[in-house]
Amino acid sequence: MNHPSEEQLILYYYGEETAPLTAHFTACEECRDEYRKLQRVLNTAECLPVPERAPDYGTQVWKRLQPAVGGRSRRFWLAQPAWRYLAASGMATALLALAFLAGRYAQHPKSTAQIAAAPARERILLVAVGDHLQRSQVVLAELSNLGAGQKGRVDIGYEQRAAEDLLDSSRLFRMTAASNGDNATANLLDELERVLLDVAHAPADVSPGELEQLQKRISDAGILFKVRVFALRVEQQDNAGPTL
Amino acid sequence: MEETDSAAVARARSGDSDAFRSLVERHGRNVFRLAFRMTGNETDAEDIVQETFLKAYKQLNRYESRSSFGTWLYRIAANCSLDLIRTRKARHHSTVNNEEDRDLMQSIPSLEPGPDRLAVSKQIEQRLTAAMEELSQQERTAFVLRHFEGMPIEEIASVLGVAGNAAKHSVFRAVQKLRKALEPVVEPV
Repeated sequence: MNHPSEEQLILYYYGEETAPLTAHFTACEECRDEYRKLQRVLNTAECLPVPERAPDYGTQVWKRLQPAVGGRSRRFWLAQPAWRYLAASGMATALLALAFLAGRYAQHPKSTAQIAAAPARERILLVAVGDHLQRSQVVLAELSNLGAGQKGRVDIGYEQRAAEDLLDSSRLFRMTAASNGDNATANLLDELERVLLDVAHAPADVSPGELEQLQKRISDAGILFKVRVFALRVEQQDNAGPTL
Repeated sequence: MEETDSAAVARARSGDSDAFRSLVERHGRNVFRLAFRMTGNETDAEDIVQETFLKAYKQLNRYESRSSFGTWLYRIAANCSLDLIRTRKARHHSTVNNEEDRDLMQSIPSLEPGPDRLAVSKQIEQRLTAAMEELSQQERTAFVLRHFEGMPIEEIASVLGVAGNAAKHSVFRAVQKLRKALEPVVEPV
């Protein structure tokens, strides 16, 4: 009697063995037992649970993907981390330059023209700062939510690069706000800058303890809350129009 | 009538994001399951799902309809999973300790015969997870695709980019290793 090999038994289990093993099992107790052993192990493996996902899971995945793949245009590339922050930095610098220029030209004609131009300059700066705060908020929120349940070191390289990019524009905005006498904005940007600096100076991959410290730093400073409140205020002022 | 994957891919290639959306919705859960079984970690699996679809979107023009879209997607997901496992292994040693393993096996109570044998205890799950981690990348991928996803050997070979025979032997080796690790735990007294 030819006994099936272990490989044949495995293929039989998976329905890929064409040899008529059932008849053999009836006649051969040894092979039947061997197959049962194999079955027990593979059935056990089969029962390894997988966290269930809702039927609309694909839709949820799509919502997260959509900003990146929403259209095959420039937006897709802008959604990639490096490009996104490069573009954001560029935009911030451009807006800042515009704010300076608006201020510069406003100072020459003097009196009424200067008064009329001041709100325009503040408004441009307001939009730029609002955008900057929103991007900072995203980075800090991402960092705060990282590493849940993770045992090993956590790669924060992406957030770190983003923080480095934001630091440069934050400094410029702070100096501009201070020179405009807008102490509230300057103070918030100063606080934000310190937190961003800590993130930028942390190792690219942190231990769970280091990550926790960083998250505690963000939480203790209450910076996320302050940024949210400020960003909301900026948005409201922006929506209120040029009569600031 | 539901649009086929091929038709959706063709529309997605021409820039129709709704077509890609339908592919994500159709395959999202399967990709998650595969990623979780490959990594054993929910957060990692979520990341792999995102990465898989992003890569698929970027590489859509490279997809050739010789294999099904699902097979192509699984290949990307399997590779993303393998990349992540490699990174994780390089970062820190496995937390599984052989001594602890032996203790664990001794502490696992004997299971009574009958259908309830399939009620896998937490300890068996841990043992299974540890055994899965001991598989080579190719063995693990082949086993997960064959055992959990029900993928035929030939399709697995296509995912792995190897000959059918090589894929088959990867499954054999994986099963042999799992038997070695699990038989003492699931054997009747």
